Amino acid sequence: MTSIVTLDSKCVPSEDVVAREIEGELVIVPLTSGIGDMEDELYTLNDSGKAIWDRLDGKRSLSNIVNELIAEYDVDRNEIEVDVIGLVNELLKRKMLLLNE
Amino acid sequence: MSEYVRKETQLPKPIKSHIYQLDIELTERCNNNCIHCCINLPENDDISFHKEMTTDQIKEYLLQAASLGCMAVRFTGGEPLLRNDFEEIYIFTRKLGMKVLIFTNARLITKSFTELLVKIPPMIPIEITVYGMHQSSYEAITRSPGSFNQFWRGVDLLLEHKIPFIVKSAILPSNKKELIEFETWAKTLPGNNSNPGYAMFFDLRNRRDDETKNSLIKKLRITPDEGMEILSRDKENYLHTMKQFSQKFIGPVGDQLFACGAGQSLCIDAYGRFQPCMGLRDPELVHKLGTTLADSLVKFKQLKEIRATNPEYLSRCAHCFIKGLCEQCPAKSWAEYGTLDTPVEYLCEIAHTQAYYLGLLSSGEKGWLINPEEFQERIDRVVNG
Repeated sequence: MTSIVTLDSKCVPSEDVVAREIEGELVIVPLTSGIGDMEDELYTLNDSGKAIWDRLDGKRSLSNIVNELIAEYDVDRNEIEVDVIGLVNELLKRKMLLLNE
Repeated sequence: MSEYVRKETQLPKPIKSHIYQLDIELTERCNNNCIHCCINLPENDDISFHKEMTTDQIKEYLLQAASLGCMAVRFTGGEPLLRNDFEEIYIFTRKLGMKVLIFTNARLITKSFTELLVKIPPMIPIEITVYGMHQSSYEAITRSPGSFNQFWRGVDLLLEHKIPFIVKSAILPSNKKELIEFETWAKTLPGNNSNPGYAMFFDLRNRRDDETKNSLIKKLRITPDEGMEILSRDKENYLHTMKQFSQKFIGPVGDQLFACGAGQSLCIDAYGRFQPCMGLRDPELVHKLGTTLADSLVKFKQLKEIRATNPEYLSRCAHCFIKGLCEQCPAKSWAEYGTLDTPVEYLCEIAHTQAYYLGLLSSGEKGWLINPEEFQERIDRVVNG
């Protein structure tokens, strides 16, 4: 998949979704039509996805987020960068995130 | 779908929300005056109107539900769209990340409401009760002049705006002959792929509030044989479904009174009282305004401990192996007799008629008189036959 973001990008959750934490899991519920593939489905993020989502505040760059995750978890930088870029691209494609340019 | 994001058609199993769905009866008032209805009050009933929950009270309960992990809210009534604040409540619910199911007669669906539903979809198809395919049959039930045309206008608006909805009906004398016409039409509607659901074994007034209406409801009830005829119209499908059902749910439940799902989810009546199920209005079992949803959930879980004491119930229902076919429950017992554990004869007859049809019982036999070895053999015969 071609990336539409770089490590300098900043992203913020769309106001057209509601993110709910239920018993430790993050569930993303589309609010308006046109979010996700179908209007009647929910999305959940795995633990890595949730750790990234929690930091997508429109202020931190993806690079900042990568650094924070490296500091918090014992993981390889390249691996984390791929994870962050991969998730952000996917959420942007589903209109669950917006680029905060 | 990547390794990070998972698409779910419903809440995934690992997430154990405390309640999956909350039912809120927004009003008991209705713009229809259906002859068979177990709850409706007149649209202009001032006493009921002034007792109803305020917008803020409803929002407070919705917030509590969301914090308990609730994923869906069903708004019912009465006619929920009678409330002037319905759109505000709807948007509030969706913004909390909960899906919405609306039970309506469609009469008050407007262009602006459908536009709202396009912008913010409910995420669950709306459910519409259709009382007849013609003005005469429809309004013979609703007893509300003009209701048929308003219903059609609402349906047309939903179709025009491609809002998902499913239709269901109630089988009554004036529309009984229109079943095929109704089902043929229903199949033309997007998303209505299976046969519509029907109400036909009508409940008495849930609040035991109107003896005249109860007398009428009793007269409108179809006989168990007529009901059987309707249930088994698609014989092959009925038998297939009932074989699967028998495998799982046939067998006596003993003296446990709430062997149903009551208390697993929560219902709030129009006046802010919590009920363990939508039908159970026994004042002894509802929790008053001001109780929290979490408190009520804990208390309702204790219902599972309640045992029947009525000797008739204990000698019949507690031992009856076809209890799974019977709609006998504390709510129906209370509506009929004002007690939680009195056998409801009408429901008993319906269950036995089905058991005779399925071959679980021979004509005239009673489900509570069959011993355990024998009933298991009969269930196996039906399931494997």
